[in-house]
Amino acid sequence: MELKVLDQPETGGGCSSGSCGSTDDQLSHLPDAIREKVHNHPCYSEEAHHHFARMHVAVAPACNIQCHYCNRKYDCANESRPGVVSELLTPDQAVKKTMAVAANIPQMTVLGIAGPGDPLANPERTFETFRQLSEKAPDIKLCVSTNGLALPAAVEELSKHNIDHVTITINTVDPEIGAKIYPWVFWNNRRIKGKKGAKILIEQQQKGLEMLTEKGILVKVNSVMIPGVNDDHLKEVSKIVKQKGAFLHNVMPLIAEAEHGTFYGVMGQRGPTHDELQVLQDACAGDMNMMRHCRQCRADAVGLLGEDRGEEFTMDKIEAMDIDYEAAMVKRAEVHAAIANELEQKNNQPNESLVTLSSIKKKDTRPVLMAVATTGGGVVNQHFGHATEFLIYEANTTDVRFISHRKVEDLYCSGGDTCGDGETVLQKIIKVLDGCEAVICSKIGYEPWSQLEEAGIMPNGEHAMEPIEEAVAAVYKEMIESGVLDEAESDAELVTA
Amino acid sequence: MPYSIVESCVKCHACSPACPNGAIYETTAHFMVDPKKCTECEGDYADPQCASICPIEGAILNGFSEVANPPGSLTGIPPEKLAEAMAEIQAR
Ligand code: SF4
Ligand code: SF4
Repeated sequence: MELKVLDQPETGGGCSSGSCGSTDDQLSHLPDAIREKVHNHPCYSEEAHHHFARMHVAVAPACNIQCHYCNRKYDCANESRPGVVSELLTPDQAVKKTMAVAANIPQMTVLGIAGPGDPLANPERTFETFRQLSEKAPDIKLCVSTNGLALPAAVEELSKHNIDHVTITINTVDPEIGAKIYPWVFWNNRRIKGKKGAKILIEQQQKGLEMLTEKGILVKVNSVMIPGVNDDHLKEVSKIVKQKGAFLHNVMPLIAEAEHGTFYGVMGQRGPTHDELQVLQDACAGDMNMMRHCRQCRADAVGLLGEDRGEEFTMDKIEAMDIDYEAAMVKRAEVHAAIANELEQKNNQPNESLVTLSSIKKKDTRPVLMAVATTGGGVVNQHFGHATEFLIYEANTTDVRFISHRKVEDLYCSGGDTCGDGETVLQKIIKVLDGCEAVICSKIGYEPWSQLEEAGIMPNGEHAMEPIEEAVAAVYKEMIESGVLDEAESDAELVTA
Repeated sequence: MPYSIVESCVKCHACSPACPNGAIYETTAHFMVDPKKCTECEGDYADPQCASICPIEGAILNGFSEVANPPGSLTGIPPEKLAEAMAEIQAR
């Protein structure tokens, strides 16, 4: 991707800036086969995620543990926490849906089963879906997310299918801490509570991780950052899981609201601030930009990363579709080849933001966070008012780097009588953009413009259809030249402290 | 005396494959126990399987029609704390 060009035209070698963004460098510790797998992966490759898509099917309703951030009763269409889902599918329905989406959205390359319960606590349903898809749609990569409790017993079966990667959610390696996150597990036909249950879960997670690495299956580890419970501890978790072969460690923020009815929500456990999350992600990631692209997505999300086309593919609409998958596969292969070609050309192009940034004279200027509205494709192409999430970038005098996604829906729920506390959507977006000094979009209305300005976030609609990194670099340069960064110095220190 | 499932069941499917007697079936409203097939897991397991895996407090009743998993026993949320939070949300 562009960032490596920013830092140094040639790949490889040492990295002089504090934030080397080169994907090659990030993966250099991994074997070639794994690097190849990750390179075009819509969830992991910063480059590919603008162009490819994934979907999840909800075939796994049962769970074998309880987490304090989950409420099994909750099912809200506005909710986007993982584990919450609207339409439960049978394996046959899930296969049909996957093939319908794959035929209509050729960019769809990855099918995941993530819930709404634990996929491996529903082995028949999960494996039946995988078995049929491996056979009928061999060009689709399969992935599965699990809490890990039933993982060791499932590794053999998983290795028989077209499994691309497994995600294990590991929040701790310490049973003391585990008891504060998991009230019980169901193990060997008993419900086991407290530390004893947590210890079993931790053992199975670690054993499963080792077994998968041994089989050569990609493993990603997700952790939920719970301030005061496991935040500091996650650095140790990160070290251990990477040692055992996990190729990515992805730290996600706890989402806890009383209206979710979860233990953490009701007991007033807070989630991390954007800053706390970023600091921990940096500590755990060793600056792996790409891992941040894996966001908390709705378990039944369909579409290119960032958009949701689920409405087009409800079960009754799918039943009415006539799919010729043989023909679809040919078309899919063509589209994939065209994308690969486009990515390659991009890689070979000299990068213009290099010029933008290298022409900056004042080298000691502080870095700035900016939010970008995009529907994908790596360019600024979304109207501010249509954005349901923003990509956060940091610009400094040598480099533009991707920091995180921030979703707007995470902070509010637009339906139901328990929701809505008088705050406008715009006020909530301003909260989501906390710490950002500019928002770059294709267009923006007059009213949000003035409110954003008042909140210290400079709207910018002048870089529509430009590549994101270049737009961010250009806006940064404009900010430096206009002197706003000199004035805002003291305010900004408060924000980043 | 057979176990039973009441309407607070969220249809998570966990109990039915866990039952050694295939006594649990799905209906449109919620899952149900066939009282003729339920043995309370006697002879198969030390604990009744449905009540040991169900995540929803109150959804399963034991042979004496008592709630197998009382409020707070699974989520760890003290019932008065939950009531307080719900009242606070309603008042908004
Ligand atoms: S108590 Fe045992 S036998 Fe009876 S319904 Fe539950 S799992 Fe089945
Ligand atoms: S485990 Fe409980 S909530 Fe789930 S289907 Fe059975 S009775 Fe219903």
